[in-house]
Amino acid sequence: MLDLLSGFIVELRNAGLPVSLTENLDAMTAISHIPLEDREAFKYALGATLVKNHAHWRSFETVFEVYFSLRGPEYSITDGDGTGGDIDDFLRQMQDAQMKGEGNGGAGGMDQLTPEELMNILMNALMNGDQAMMRALARQAVQRFAGMEPGRPVGGTYYLYRTLRNLDLDGMSEKLMEASRQQVGGELTKLEERLERDEYNHRIEQFKQEVEAEIRRRLVADRGAEAMAKTLRKPLPEDVEFMHASRDEMQNLKKALQPLTRKLAAKLARKRRHGRKGPLDFRNTVRHSLAYGGVPAEPKFKYPRPAKPELIVVADISGSVAAFARFTLMLVYALSNQFSKVRAFVFIDGIDEVTDYFKKTEDVSEAIQRINTEADVIWVDGHSDYGHAFEVFWEKWGKEINPKSSVILLGDARNNYHASQAWVIKEMKQKARKVYWLNPEPRSYWNTGDSIVGEYGVHTDGVFECRNLRQLEAFVEKLA
Amino acid sequence: MAPRFDSVQQVRDGLKAVNYLADDGIAGVAFLADRLGKPILVEGPAGTGKTQLAKSIAEMTGARLIRLQCYEGLDESKALYEWNYKKQLLRIQADKNSDSWSDVHDDIFGDEFLLTRPLLEAITAEEPVVLLIDEVDRVEVETEALLLEILSEYQVSIPELGTITAKQIPMVFLTSNNTRELSEALKRRCLFLHVDYPQMDREKEIVLTKVEGITEMLADQIARIVRSIRQLDLKKAPSVSETLDWARTLVLLGLETIDAEQAKETLHVLLKYQTDIAKAAKELSID
Repeated sequence: MLDLLSGFIVELRNAGLPVSLTENLDAMTAISHIPLEDREAFKYALGATLVKNHAHWRSFETVFEVYFSLRGPEYSITDGDGTGGDIDDFLRQMQDAQMKGEGNGGAGGMDQLTPEELMNILMNALMNGDQAMMRALARQAVQRFAGMEPGRPVGGTYYLYRTLRNLDLDGMSEKLMEASRQQVGGELTKLEERLERDEYNHRIEQFKQEVEAEIRRRLVADRGAEAMAKTLRKPLPEDVEFMHASRDEMQNLKKALQPLTRKLAAKLARKRRHGRKGPLDFRNTVRHSLAYGGVPAEPKFKYPRPAKPELIVVADISGSVAAFARFTLMLVYALSNQFSKVRAFVFIDGIDEVTDYFKKTEDVSEAIQRINTEADVIWVDGHSDYGHAFEVFWEKWGKEINPKSSVILLGDARNNYHASQAWVIKEMKQKARKVYWLNPEPRSYWNTGDSIVGEYGVHTDGVFECRNLRQLEAFVEKLA
Repeated sequence: MAPRFDSVQQVRDGLKAVNYLADDGIAGVAFLADRLGKPILVEGPAGTGKTQLAKSIAEMTGARLIRLQCYEGLDESKALYEWNYKKQLLRIQADKNSDSWSDVHDDIFGDEFLLTRPLLEAITAEEPVVLLIDEVDRVEVETEALLLEILSEYQVSIPELGTITAKQIPMVFLTSNNTRELSEALKRRCLFLHVDYPQMDREKEIVLTKVEGITEMLADQIARIVRSIRQLDLKKAPSVSETLDWARTLVLLGLETIDAEQAKETLHVLLKYQTDIAKAAKELSID
């Protein structure tokens, strides 16, 4: 047990969770108070002592599944030969009841069902929200459709895809809706329809998770926990790279962004309030000294007036870096009350101001949506042309840059070998308070191929690598 | 000291008896906290029953609840202890002539002149207490250090008096709305419990136990609508307490079931932003 647990903790650390020695010891003490058979309690005991940040919970859960999924009787692997105990018995009963003696009662459990029958049972299970049945079906589906071979070096996602393709879960949701309409005998009201749909989607999602867990269990049995944990290791939300995030990861990033902005705003506001006192206000001190016969007994200080910077964000929104630009804009706008004014420009090879999109709506994500569809950013062919975009920017809006404004340029500076027009940045630098460049590419890629970030970079106050939320957060904090 | 709870199940049942429906995680962590003698750091969105958990545990164990509400600018004299300066002055003046200096000196730094604040009070209490440190994320990072000694050793050091150690280890709950990252030192000393919005079934149960005179049917509908609304991308998702408010409103209106029209009219109880209300109404097709 100790070995297993220390392996588990090493894996947590590898996954990026900060687990200290005391927490490790706490975990050891904690599990001595918990009955080991109770898996849920065991999991929470480990979670409460080892994971101190909710964003890390998912990583913890994955590692936990891998390390402890094979333990406990109900999680043993049955190979579907019909000797598997309770669930199979239960299945048989269910099946008998449903098929009303279609002549395949008994012996083989689920194995002898045709795919159509299997689908029917699945539909019924989903319809009634029958958990045990769903689990059994997930098991059966994996066994039947995934085609898992021991030792084959493919990831779990491949098997998942194969299983789900055969089950056609997307169509299932429609069929379920249809069935429940019939059940009521007629039309559902819109509200009811929506609620039903959410309910079924929730159940289907549950079923998918069962399938995934089943595949994982089998893989662990095949390859061993450590190897498996390694392939499943995923970066924590704050370490996910913008440029390579999958759709799921994007969703998580979005969720992570909200609390992050809240935290950041609180921090910045606090910083403002508790900033150092202003310098001595000489005139005021002398004026007050008159009351004490000219002795400056009561020194007066200037009211601290920390500058709220004015922000001008110029973002490349071409395909490769769009996600990054979106996140930065969202973050900046969520913090907009920390700045005296925020203006946003987006470009690909043409450039357009989008400040108004944010003004009209309270909902930042809606604004972003509109930018993507409505902003006029294409000049010739829709390939990034930083040079032209900057030139136009300078012509149209260059006058409005003043010593109070900080300019932030977002992009990878992959200019498709167009002219750089770096003089614009140089001019900008002379007028603006600060000019920063944020680049979502790893530093080692800079200035390779058609990237000319160096050419622009020399004129700015700094080029920052900004690949994930952590780096973005650090930058914004520095800025305000 | 004898443990307060025998099993996780007992915690669960006990909490249920005082109308708090705990899930596996909550009951398990409360049980562990008692066994390990460690504080619990409860984190989660507003209105999910973090503070209520501490209150319910207190009620269930028959302990007195001592609450320290945190805010910016909280300091030692508000959280730990303070010398009763006026009384000390009086004492000195009262017998100006009689006592020698050393007597007075020893005298004015005694228990009599010490004003206990919540933390010290929890430590010195004879009877069982539950200490609730509410919204600990509101104090500055530096002030957090005040809590460290009491959380790990259950003692308070007063320079003039020495160290006061707890007579019994109280249950300690810290709640946080996560407006800032708490320091590692604090987190390390605590068990961590994240309280999230409940699953649909549990929410229904909560509505049923907390709202009087509600029908099962209505509670089910409410829980389902709330779940659907939480899935939307809103500024502020409805919390459990708002769900309860909504349920009470509907009961007061004398409804047995809810239809689209009524849902739309009362949606403002559940959601607090105009854009959110509009969005939810549109998404649920009750516009």
